[in-house]
Amino acid sequence: MAVATPPQQRSSIPFYRDTRIIAIILQVVFTLVVVVGIWFLYTNMIEGLRKANLLPSLSFLSQPTGFAISESVIPYSTESSYGQAFLVGIINTLRIAITGVILATLLGTVVGIFRMSSNWLLRNLATTYVEIVRNIPLLLQLIFWFLLTKEFPRVQDSINLGGLLYLHNRGVTMAWPREGDDFGAWVPWLWVGLAAGIIFYIVRRVQFARRDRPGVAMPQAFLIAGGVVLLGMMIVRLTGGQWPLFLEIPQLNRFNFVGGSTITPSFAALLIGLVVYTATYISEIVRSGIQAVSKGQREAARALGLTNGQALRLVIFPQALRIMIPPLTSQYLNLTKNSSLAVVIAYPDLFYVGNTINNQTGQAVPVILMLMLSYLSLSLITSLMMNWYNKKIQLVER
Amino acid sequence: MATEVARARPDRPAFVLWDWLRQNLFNNWYNSVISVVILVVVFQAMSGFVGWALTAPGWSAAITNLKVLTTWTYPTDQVWRPALAVWIVALLLGMSGGVWRGIPQTLAIGFGVIMLILGVLAFALPPAAAPLPVSGPFFLLISGVTTGLGYGLGLRVGEPLRWPLVISWVLVYPVAVLIIRGFGGPLPEVPTNLWGGLMLTMLLSISGIVLSFPLGVLLALGRRSNLPVVKWFCIIYIEFIRGVPLVTVLYMGSLMLPLFLPSQIRIDSVIRAMVAVTLFSAAYLAENVRGGLQSLPKGQAEAARALGLNTLQTTMLITLPQALRAVIPVLVGQFIGLFKDTSLVVIVGLVDLLGAAQNVIGQPQWLGTPGGVWRETFLVIALVYWVFSFTMSRTSKTIEENLSVGHR
Repeated sequence: MAVATPPQQRSSIPFYRDTRIIAIILQVVFTLVVVVGIWFLYTNMIEGLRKANLLPSLSFLSQPTGFAISESVIPYSTESSYGQAFLVGIINTLRIAITGVILATLLGTVVGIFRMSSNWLLRNLATTYVEIVRNIPLLLQLIFWFLLTKEFPRVQDSINLGGLLYLHNRGVTMAWPREGDDFGAWVPWLWVGLAAGIIFYIVRRVQFARRDRPGVAMPQAFLIAGGVVLLGMMIVRLTGGQWPLFLEIPQLNRFNFVGGSTITPSFAALLIGLVVYTATYISEIVRSGIQAVSKGQREAARALGLTNGQALRLVIFPQALRIMIPPLTSQYLNLTKNSSLAVVIAYPDLFYVGNTINNQTGQAVPVILMLMLSYLSLSLITSLMMNWYNKKIQLVER
Repeated sequence: MATEVARARPDRPAFVLWDWLRQNLFNNWYNSVISVVILVVVFQAMSGFVGWALTAPGWSAAITNLKVLTTWTYPTDQVWRPALAVWIVALLLGMSGGVWRGIPQTLAIGFGVIMLILGVLAFALPPAAAPLPVSGPFFLLISGVTTGLGYGLGLRVGEPLRWPLVISWVLVYPVAVLIIRGFGGPLPEVPTNLWGGLMLTMLLSISGIVLSFPLGVLLALGRRSNLPVVKWFCIIYIEFIRGVPLVTVLYMGSLMLPLFLPSQIRIDSVIRAMVAVTLFSAAYLAENVRGGLQSLPKGQAEAARALGLNTLQTTMLITLPQALRAVIPVLVGQFIGLFKDTSLVVIVGLVDLLGAAQNVIGQPQWLGTPGGVWRETFLVIALVYWVFSFTMSRTSKTIEENLSVGHR
């Protein structure tokens, strides 16, 4: 008896029921819808802009701005171009973001450790701070700090904090390291220190690789580099009679401070606001990261004879770091993005400058795109760096 | 023969203040130092603050401007409409508390009691400058009483109210917007450019979550799709929005949205802000929902397929409901963030609670007050923001604990 031939499944499926073909059709339809949608919006926009005689172009970038920017690291005047103004904005954003990230990490780590303290008062004080600050909008806090800096006394009656820090209505003046006359003699030592550190690091790494055992070389490399640099400082001081680098104490002149470093009230308010706000989130990350390391690790470290501090530094913290890096990254990104709130307290960051450029030129579309792309690049660079670091410290599983 | 062993339980150690202090505050020398320092500093700070608060001259700024802070320039004779919206929500909250118990009950009782207390306290305040159809104390008292009535009703009727309540909660947002906006006749239309204050803060953040929900879920599903075009479109959208600050999105909404649409269509700034907040919030919501989808064991989808459900059915009936349930706490967290972030609309010229407060501070009658009234006014609105955010974060924590108990 003849066995029934197996049905020719492949050819009998009509094309409209073949999932592969459906997938392709769906994607084509989706692409068409998106393209038509964007085209519709784009033509509307161009039409509207043409009527308003504001067709987007980038030619404004090379024209002089005519507006002043209250603080800038690079040279800037009212004759500078819009492109330069934009660059000033980017640098100011970077300035606040980098300072903010460093300080927020420090404060956040300290508060996070306080929240695990065995001292009831300390623990609850830290928790109270976190619960109060993170449930109030950042913008409100920024305006609060800004209004507070406006209440500072005149320069002549500055609030003196230990002679190193002065608060007054033109900002905050603080003692700051300055290079002395003999700084040139010290520069070679800096290079020697750097080279010594790098050579030591490479040599140790090669040794570890040869012996096929893991090891840590970075801290010692830093110590050696620092030691060489300090030694150089001493020698320059002994031979030249002056420190190559010294802490310059601000002196009150008749109307202003001489020496030290002064930051504007806007920068100070923005920095304090961002740091105080972001540190609450970082403290939470630090606390949960440390608590996530299993209790057995600490007990094992103690059993091996490590002190509490050593256990925290060598066993707990490196493991907690692995858990902490991804959420920390997003907090760093948040801080950078939140720095755009500077516009309400007149700190000339990227968004503030962009807003001014738009008000003057009316080139809303290019300005918004430039703003968004700049922030996007900052975010992407930050996440790339943090991802690289994250990969580096992840547990290598065999 | 079994010997009766006296099961003498050790007595629970009685709470002795001295022992507690020694264990928690003074267990070694450095903790003792820290404790003393903190006690001194906190005492100084608290006494300084209380001394200032009792004598501060600026409290009247916030008190006489309660209407401005809550509803900004909403027509004074129509203020009963936002109030009505609050009462409807209060009624629903009370009924939910009675029917479901648990978290809704805690929220309902807390809300009702706070409203009643504030209502009684509000009688001591000077009346508002312009007479309102619903004065402050009565508004608060009615809110509290409505919650109580709803609670009683929920307790009595119970189970049969369940589904009507769910449907009411879904409908309450559009109905509230309709009441506040009006459509002519008994409810004359109030254009959105008159909206502001706490009311605007609430509407913006709620619409940010509610309206971004469908878009966010679609984006989350799209990002996990097998179709590369759809997947990459979703990835680019989500990562782009998450990479830029909300301010720039609001800015784009306020400047570019009018350009995108044909010139006949005019949309006012509140709607623009709502669109921007929705587009922004959708990207974050998508990531949260994706987290929920990823946390599901693969077996769920596979079992659904094995039962013969198609992709759509699997998603709608099996994976999505479970994923959404798992991310409720995260979504509450996102809502808190949005609630705080709506204050950024002051940058594009809208007047929310923060904007109204800034306006109150700038009123000419406070120029003579030494030091200005900004401290007191900001303290009041910070307290408002804080109470809402803190309540929500506590609620989300409770939900999270309940969910994890259910999983175990």
